[in-house]
Amino acid sequence: MADSPTNKLAAEEIMNAPILGPGHDFASVTDKISAIVLTKRTPLWWIVGFLISFALTSVLMVAVTVILVYGVGVWGIQIPVGWGFAIINFVWWIGIGHAGTLISAILLLLRQQWRTSINRFAEAMTIFAVSCAGLFPLLHMGRPWLGYWLFPYPDTMKLWPNFRSPLVWDAFAVSTYATVSLLFWFIGLIPDFATLRDRARNRPAKIIYGLLSMGWRGSAVHWERHETASLLLAGLATPLVLSVHTIVSFDFAFGIVPGWHATIFPPYFVAGAIYAGFAMVLTLAIPIRRVFHLEDFITIRHLDNMGKVLLATGLIVGYGYMMEAFMAYYSGNVYERFMIINRMTGTYAPLYWMLIACNIVTPQFLWFRKVRAKIGALFTIAMVVNLGMWLERFVIVVTSLHRDFLPSSWGTYIPTRWDFATFFGTIGMFLLLVFLFIRYLPLISIFEMRTLVASEEEKKAANV
Amino acid sequence: MDSDRNSAAQPDVDISVLRESASAGGSPRHWRGLDELADTPEFQNFKENEFPHGATDTESKLDRRELMKVMAASAAFAGLTGCTKLPTEKIVPYVKQPEQIVPGKALFYASAVTLSGVATGVLVESHMARPTKIEGNPDHPGSLGASDAFSQASVLGLYDPDRSQAEIHDGRIGSWAEFQQELSSALGQEKGSGGGGVRLLTGTVTSPTLGDQIGTFLKAYPSAKWVQYESVTRDNIREGAKLAFGEYANPVYHLDQAEVIVALDSDLLTSGPGSLRYAREFARKRRVEDTGSKMNRLYSVESTPTATGGMADHRLRLKASEVEGFARLLAREIGLSAVMAPAASPVIPSSWIPALVRDLKKYPGATLIVAGDQQPAIVHALAHAMNQALGNFGKTVHFTAPLEVAADNQWSNIGQLAADIRAGSVTTLLIVGSNPVYDAPADLDFKTIIPKVAFSARLGLYEDETSALCHWHVPAAHELESWGDARGYDGTVSVIQPLIAPLYGGKSELDFLAVLNGQAKSSHDIVQGYWQAQRTSVPRFDAFWEKTLRDGVVADSALPVKQLMVKAGIGSDAPAATAQGLEIVFRPDRTIYDGRFANNGWLQELPKPLTLLTWDSVAMVSPKTSERLGVKSETAVELKYMGRTIVAPVWVMPGHADESVTVFLGYGRTKAGRVGTSAGFDAGWIRPLATPWIGAGLEVNKTGDKWALASTQTQSTMEGREPIRIATLDQYQKEPTFAQTDAQTNPLSLYPEVKYEGNAWGMAVDLNACTGCGGCVVACQAENNISVVGKKEVRIGRHMHWIRIDRYYEGGVDDPGTYHEPVMCQHCEDAPCEVVCPVAATVHSDEGLNEMIYNRCVGTRYCSNNCPYKVRRFNFYLYSDWDTPSLFGMRNPNVSVRSRGVMEKCSYCVQRINAVKIDAEKQDRPIKDGEIVTACQQSCPSEAIVFGNINDPDSAVSKLKAKNRNYKLLEELNTRPRTSYLAKLRNPNPEIEKAAVV
Amino acid sequence: MAQIFHHSTNTIARVSIYGAVILIGILGYAANVVNQTSYVTEVHNALPQPVPFSHKHHVAELGLDCRYCHTSVEVSSSAGMPPTQTCMTCHSQIWTNAQILEPVRASYRDSTPISWTRVNALPDFVYFNHSIHIAKGVGCTTCHGPVGEMNITWRENTLYMRWCLDCHMAPQKYLRPKSEVFNAFYKAPSDQETLGNQLMIDYKVKKLTDCTTCHR
Repeated sequence: MADSPTNKLAAEEIMNAPILGPGHDFASVTDKISAIVLTKRTPLWWIVGFLISFALTSVLMVAVTVILVYGVGVWGIQIPVGWGFAIINFVWWIGIGHAGTLISAILLLLRQQWRTSINRFAEAMTIFAVSCAGLFPLLHMGRPWLGYWLFPYPDTMKLWPNFRSPLVWDAFAVSTYATVSLLFWFIGLIPDFATLRDRARNRPAKIIYGLLSMGWRGSAVHWERHETASLLLAGLATPLVLSVHTIVSFDFAFGIVPGWHATIFPPYFVAGAIYAGFAMVLTLAIPIRRVFHLEDFITIRHLDNMGKVLLATGLIVGYGYMMEAFMAYYSGNVYERFMIINRMTGTYAPLYWMLIACNIVTPQFLWFRKVRAKIGALFTIAMVVNLGMWLERFVIVVTSLHRDFLPSSWGTYIPTRWDFATFFGTIGMFLLLVFLFIRYLPLISIFEMRTLVASEEEKKAANV
Repeated sequence: MDSDRNSAAQPDVDISVLRESASAGGSPRHWRGLDELADTPEFQNFKENEFPHGATDTESKLDRRELMKVMAASAAFAGLTGCTKLPTEKIVPYVKQPEQIVPGKALFYASAVTLSGVATGVLVESHMARPTKIEGNPDHPGSLGASDAFSQASVLGLYDPDRSQAEIHDGRIGSWAEFQQELSSALGQEKGSGGGGVRLLTGTVTSPTLGDQIGTFLKAYPSAKWVQYESVTRDNIREGAKLAFGEYANPVYHLDQAEVIVALDSDLLTSGPGSLRYAREFARKRRVEDTGSKMNRLYSVESTPTATGGMADHRLRLKASEVEGFARLLAREIGLSAVMAPAASPVIPSSWIPALVRDLKKYPGATLIVAGDQQPAIVHALAHAMNQALGNFGKTVHFTAPLEVAADNQWSNIGQLAADIRAGSVTTLLIVGSNPVYDAPADLDFKTIIPKVAFSARLGLYEDETSALCHWHVPAAHELESWGDARGYDGTVSVIQPLIAPLYGGKSELDFLAVLNGQAKSSHDIVQGYWQAQRTSVPRFDAFWEKTLRDGVVADSALPVKQLMVKAGIGSDAPAATAQGLEIVFRPDRTIYDGRFANNGWLQELPKPLTLLTWDSVAMVSPKTSERLGVKSETAVELKYMGRTIVAPVWVMPGHADESVTVFLGYGRTKAGRVGTSAGFDAGWIRPLATPWIGAGLEVNKTGDKWALASTQTQSTMEGREPIRIATLDQYQKEPTFAQTDAQTNPLSLYPEVKYEGNAWGMAVDLNACTGCGGCVVACQAENNISVVGKKEVRIGRHMHWIRIDRYYEGGVDDPGTYHEPVMCQHCEDAPCEVVCPVAATVHSDEGLNEMIYNRCVGTRYCSNNCPYKVRRFNFYLYSDWDTPSLFGMRNPNVSVRSRGVMEKCSYCVQRINAVKIDAEKQDRPIKDGEIVTACQQSCPSEAIVFGNINDPDSAVSKLKAKNRNYKLLEELNTRPRTSYLAKLRNPNPEIEKAAVV
Repeated sequence: MAQIFHHSTNTIARVSIYGAVILIGILGYAANVVNQTSYVTEVHNALPQPVPFSHKHHVAELGLDCRYCHTSVEVSSSAGMPPTQTCMTCHSQIWTNAQILEPVRASYRDSTPISWTRVNALPDFVYFNHSIHIAKGVGCTTCHGPVGEMNITWRENTLYMRWCLDCHMAPQKYLRPKSEVFNAFYKAPSDQETLGNQLMIDYKVKKLTDCTTCHR
């Protein structure tokens, strides 16, 4: 494993950046990580953060109530812009989720060891993001209480959903994605639950972690089955990374709206998703690493690698934008051409240029190793990309719709306070879950880190 | 007074008032509530300052009751998914079932709807004795089966919950009996003086019966005076005739005889008596069957852009005050040498008048010159003179005795009345219908003088501005509730018969007069009695009477043609010097007229032709003038005229005359009801007795505020796309297939061809005929239970109309060409909406209808996003009023009332299709062409919309679609619409055309 | 290290895991069953009426034709409910002082309508037309069941969309000769299919499954 290509590269590039800080043995790793969870004292910053995100979540709850009572009219949506923040946020969150699955599944299959320390909370992030995303398809419906009509079941009407509609595919894609990710995550957690169970001091903790660990005893059989299960799920999750956002992109690509109706959507949505996802991972990883003093586990090398992924996917996304513009020009189609010109000069032009700045210009700094090595810079770039990706969805959804075919029905979409409430509300809910996660679950996979310890020692042995 | 007249534009924000109005407005889902909320001045400003695009005032209404109601409503529709039980219903049959009435079958009654006294014949659809829909009466000369927005909307007027429901005596509930006593005692005191102190104020009366009744009253009180008054007066027409012929006369035009028509600031195609017929005759003269066909030619000279001006082949922009000058120059050129040239002749392209005259001379006796209602008498006189000179009398125009029972100069009479009241010589004032406190010339100040009268009583539909100041208010019966009669544009009499007993116990005008005359007869007996007296000649009166009621018109009651000669020397007097300064033009509003329809949600939300504005009146200025004044649309300005000021929003109107401002009457009502009160501003406040229509010396000052307006179309140009394809007649003759495209001639598709056996419904819209009057929009609204959403929602872009009339400008902004295009669901054969609906709530029928199933819709709005025509409408809130009982009776029982969160759209009136299909099936016969008529088609005066079976090559619609002008909207998308359009043609005068820039 | 769980926990765990799966299955099935009970569908529930009107008596024993009371069934969408007048045509002569008929007489006396409880109800967004079904050879009892045997009227069928479609997709299963439409005791022949197919041709019966056939 030591001779895997990235290790070689890394060895040359960042000599002093191992994927696990020096001087760690099994015990120390276990102590360090489990301590975070099992400590009695809840740090003050945690309480503060928790309360803030809780407040935001309550905003979401209010918004949801208002929407259910009065209808989606409280949003700024209208004719022609029938989709607003709801769909924008949906795509944004789903996109963010992708990084987790990519890291935990694909990198696992590719035996990328450096993923080990970040995959746990990357996966957690996936699940939280997907649950945020999952709210929107339901909320944005005119009659959410009939949402189940999207699923085929033997009803009294002798009717089936319209299987030609991308929204139906969405329903399946997203629910599958959520289920698989959750399973994968939980399976991964079992051995660590066991560790916590064994190390927990007070009885309630013992029982809770005990139940969660499902009687894990760490026997060879357990490990063997665990390994198989993870690999299977990884195999199952891998295609999802591509399929889910491809299908999400179909929501647009299948429409005839200029600015939606493009074959390039699937690839560049997937790239965009991973782009956004890694940005979010960085956004979480950097502060966590800081507050829990996990510099030894999430090393400069992790950040460096993620920076590279960010740059790569960013370039793909940039290519996507260029292609959109080029095809519009090349098609000679009056509507397509108008669409792109309208994006650049129309009502929402500022947002378009902001998006270009965030998603294409900013990441270029990542060419420089210095920048990738500078935590602050990396964090800033990640934040900028998060924003940029949200803007991308805004531009796609709103600018395309607000001026389509017949000039007579052009209109302007102005989000209302409830649009923002739902958006920031879900951010709150996301953070809330994250806070709970980092407090009560091992945010780095203990047992996998132990394997790293092993491999590091092998390496030492080899060097000597 | 000033302040509350102006209230619509008080700039200061008062949150508490806003909150009050919010709670007063009640639920956000009620269009009345919504609107009330949206249009209080406080809200206006609050909205502007706080959150510009509203829709966020919800929490002010977040109370439990609301919640329960919405939930209940939602649950009701969530129903029928298999695990929800239906609520137990009751069936309540008759005790004695009336004949004719068959549950589930509609009945139609012939009646008439009047506007300013002039009748339009209608057929009223009635379900279980509830009138639900108005159609034109084909047997009525003024309708020919068509109907306008006003008559369509009268159904809503009937059920309006704001109508007054009780006699009011000095602010307290009174009673009819009590009123009769007080009235008779009041009249008793007048008896001695022969009624010297009695004044009877009515609107224009054309009703022979009512006229007869008033006559009887005046006989009993010889010195009493009867005053007829209309704010939208036709004095100029009457006086014009008097000037020309020395007597009052009523001109009747025959556009079907006219090859060249000159409209002098006249909107004869879409407003005024007979406009429905005129539009039809005009359109028929423009039917272009093939390249061989001819077209008539319309010249329009006007200040304020009108639909008629939009139809014109040549439109000349002149200040309203300059039209007289134009008329004089034209008259001279025609050969009326006596006519004096204007002092300062207006700026007219040199080629214009000579070319026009050559054109007129080309068709002796087949031309027509029409003067607009707002133009001074002299212009009408000149028009008559010119028509005579061109030999048009008896051909394209004939004259009859006036429609009015007693024609007179209404404005001088109202002035006299005010003077009398001031002088204290009026002791008993009886007001039947009219609302002088709101719409009489402001300087007469009825608001302060009416209380001076010892005994004042008012019969009115609403307890409005005038009623509030009278001692007695008597609720009036709606026209659909009362017996009566009235004359049409050519004098034909229609008998008005009630469709339903007065909902709110109102009294008809005849009931009221019966009391004045101390008769105990019912209004039915009075009308019947009158005609029995008139038709002594007919052998069997009851047969005649039955026929009259069935046909809706009194046989041969049209006024006889009068042979009149224009007096010599018309226009030989010195022309009035054109006044200096900014010109102000007053016009009746196109949808709420003089304010009498202010509380009618359908008309308030009907986009006004050309501006497509809703819920508001504006001060129109031309682009040039707006630049000079430094204002733009939605700028609030202070209009100062004759020492009175009013705050109004500016609307920059392409094609408007420069240095002229048009304001519209009818808005700024203070006691109209939930819908109309304080919507817009009251232009009447600066309208003095002296200048009813056109004045000069207006001052315009910016207030610095913004006045938000709600127009349904913000983009006015076609952006190089060709939704409307236009050519001149000879361009078309050179290139007959100019409207066709490759996409149309050889369509490709990846989808397998679908064969439609049997019926295949389709529609063709002749853009050459559409005047953009908007009648179809209201007809559709009435037929399909379409909700009204209120100004705020319209502004966001959530109006619900299934058919909209797109308006595009072409050419320079100062004087562009104006084009209309009705757009409803195109019923695409390859419909983009259908593929994307996740629950198959919109699908295709065997007959090619694009069906929308409300109760299956979950409201993802994907279909609307994917609809290139954007004809789908979404219930963002619960727009349908589920709480006001009086409105339930109004709804069409054959169309579902949509709930919140579902999409809706034009269905080609599928309920009508099914009804006819079922009848045909039962009689085992094929459906006849033209048997199925959609609501829009039925109302259209110019026969622009044709619906039918495109599988039948002989159907009218197939024939139209076969024409080479036929094209489909956005056909390059290959959606294969079933609706297609016939390209618009213009017929310009080559001589002028080459001079002007196209 | 001390045991946290008794070893029976393992069994409990297994049981609960498999149990959960099975339970969900059972619940789903149960819901389905409940949905078909007359409690939900209201099928075969004889609803209380102001007057215990017996179709059995009037149709079976007296042999009244459906159309005697439901007059508009051939011409209109609604079959029509008889006005009190109709009841009184006979009951002014017979059973003139029967206690159970008092509401009828009362109604006629002070002309206050009788308010019956609806038995066969469709939601407001369904537009059903009796006349066309009659015209195409759909018998009254095909939908309304053995009215001739109902002492107090009940709903014979769910009237769910699924049920409507059952006939709209295969009318031949139910059509009968027009002469038999009002026969409350009609028994379908053994070779209904062949008869049905023949009638479909004779009566030009189409299989109407367009949504707007019933929903507008």
